Amino acid sequence: MTQFLQYTLQGLAAGGFYALAALGLAVIFGVLGVVNFSHGACYMLGAMISALLLEHFSLGFWPALVIVPVIMFFVGVLVERLLVQWLLRLDPLYNFLLTFGLTLLTVDIMKRQFGVSSLKYEVPAGLGGRISLGSVDLSIYQLFAAAFAVVICLLVWVGLTKTRVGMIVRAATEDAERSRALGINVARWVTPVFGFGIALAGLAGVLAAPYRAINADMGSNFIIILFAIVVIGGLGSILGAVVAGFLVGLVEAYGQGYYGQLSQVLIFVLMAAVVLVRPAGLFGREEAA
Amino acid sequence: MRHTRMISLAALVASSGLVLTACGSAGGGPSSGGGKISDDKVVLGLLNDQSGVYKDLSGPNSKVAIEMAVADYKAKYGDKAVAKNIEITMADHQNKPDIANSKAQEMYDRDKADIILDVPTSSAGLAVATQAKAKKKLYINIGAGTTALTGAQCNKYTFHWAYDTAMLAAGTAGGIVDGGGKNWSIVYPDYAFGQDMNKSFTAAVEKAGGTVQQSIATPFPNDNFATFITKAESSKPDVMGIMAAGGDLVNFVKQFNQAGLQGKTQLAVGLMFITDIHSLGVDQFQGTQFTDAWYWNFDDQNRAWADKFKEKTNTRPSFAHAGNYSAALNYLEAIQAAGTDDADAVVKELEGKKINDIFLRNGEVRAADHNVIHDVYLAEVKSKAEVKEDWDYEKIVKTIPAADAYAAPSGACSM
Repeated sequence: MTQFLQYTLQGLAAGGFYALAALGLAVIFGVLGVVNFSHGACYMLGAMISALLLEHFSLGFWPALVIVPVIMFFVGVLVERLLVQWLLRLDPLYNFLLTFGLTLLTVDIMKRQFGVSSLKYEVPAGLGGRISLGSVDLSIYQLFAAAFAVVICLLVWVGLTKTRVGMIVRAATEDAERSRALGINVARWVTPVFGFGIALAGLAGVLAAPYRAINADMGSNFIIILFAIVVIGGLGSILGAVVAGFLVGLVEAYGQGYYGQLSQVLIFVLMAAVVLVRPAGLFGREEAA
Repeated sequence: MRHTRMISLAALVASSGLVLTACGSAGGGPSSGGGKISDDKVVLGLLNDQSGVYKDLSGPNSKVAIEMAVADYKAKYGDKAVAKNIEITMADHQNKPDIANSKAQEMYDRDKADIILDVPTSSAGLAVATQAKAKKKLYINIGAGTTALTGAQCNKYTFHWAYDTAMLAAGTAGGIVDGGGKNWSIVYPDYAFGQDMNKSFTAAVEKAGGTVQQSIATPFPNDNFATFITKAESSKPDVMGIMAAGGDLVNFVKQFNQAGLQGKTQLAVGLMFITDIHSLGVDQFQGTQFTDAWYWNFDDQNRAWADKFKEKTNTRPSFAHAGNYSAALNYLEAIQAAGTDDADAVVKELEGKKINDIFLRNGEVRAADHNVIHDVYLAEVKSKAEVKEDWDYEKIVKTIPAADAYAAPSGACSM
């Protein structure tokens, strides 16, 4: 029982992080209809930039939490303006291929520039070690990362559902034509939303830096899990990404605890099961099916 | 409609993560040398990773090490040198067996290489052994760990100079159990290398009188080890052994430390290079024990060589660099003794030779399987406070005599 509880808490902690990482993917798809394959590469860039800030400017974890998302926001804006916007009107496959190409390019450039060995990073002061909650132990940093991620997810959700800007953005995505007719400048919102989604990926990278290997390949495996999460949650659904993030975290932890090497396969078994029962995902819009 | 299409697309991408690929290799035709010095020159071929994970560990700096060997050979024999004209050629095998295979063919045939050196990554190392056998030319492996090079896939022209997985297991597991770390949990990636290491370590722990309480297989690659670590810790082991390498090793060590286990449970790493410690920093690895084939700051002799190496490269040598130097130098010495670079004559010189040099202590080129056995070291990563200079990362806990470190020749090898 203690062990089950321990795995559950670890799963939830990992899940919070997954939710945040998948959130940007969900936001970008929800608003632009773009399946952003480069999300893993942006996550990697977030972690790499954190490590470089530390090495060259002695800027640690806390400043990086602010600086990196800002940098990544502008990276996103640049990519959207230069490339993504031209393909928006075409079949979504084109932007999928574009972001796939960008991923290959980014990963190889980073490899060339910084090699393949992992970069150094430190656990921020005060967040090292672990705490005991009754009979179970948890890494303080993992708890922090999960709590931080949940707060960000909540803020994004509130921002999109309860604020005027959020409503405009949602209206623009629901029905771009009518929104335009009502005098809403749809195009004005598309670019910042893309940048925002990329910033979220960068933020996940900063959170990952203290407890994961920081190298050019770190996003390649991660993006696969992120796709599983958004498929389970329903593409474009923010609530779906969050719930599925936690689900995947739990499944992975139980897998690691009870079925060892099956832990990653179980995630895809879950995905297959969800898609069989609800093709649009847990919170996806059923109009699709 | 669009949603359905995108969902199937995303699902397809996600599922592709489950597919893994493997590579194979092929052989080539024979050719032979002759005369006193074939083509009037001796060509040393360095084949290793020049751009990937093992670049820092060996890579282009091994060429510098080989150049040092050539210079030392020329300085020693001067006019009496049998090999007067010595060239070095170098290629990148990208850790892929198919590329290693074709590069080895090119080196032996086009570049007229008399020997190929290094070749990290076991699958690539084995591919080159096949070429050496076919072309009847020398091959000294330094960078790869597989025992198959001196086991089932051994051949007359292949030597294994620095380390192998059995020696890592005997050194690390034997050394730590002797030091009181009796109860082990082993975490290993579930593919050929990890399974091999798990088997070797389990056998070595048990042989030394310890117990492996749990062996936990993990997916490969994997970046979240949190629950695996909890599970491995649940049996309250004295020692946690991790058999992962590269990025997965870094993930594991970071998460092990964050679980608050650093300094509480002894961490043993199956395969670790000094370059791993350098890239992540001593604090992450502090207290970790592992087997090192050679350490630059072990004694004055090593240090003197490491100083010369640093003058040329501005960095300290790994054991692979020193191994390449030693292999190249002893190859040239064998040519000197044989009076020719004829492969069969050189092999005869090398077989059974006892060697003490800057790399090998109590070294012996075993004639039975061409495994070059020597004293190795159980090392512990220093704390930040103990580090006095760059690359001063290791405390040598004990020296493991060659006979204890290496397994007896396996019956699987017939030349």
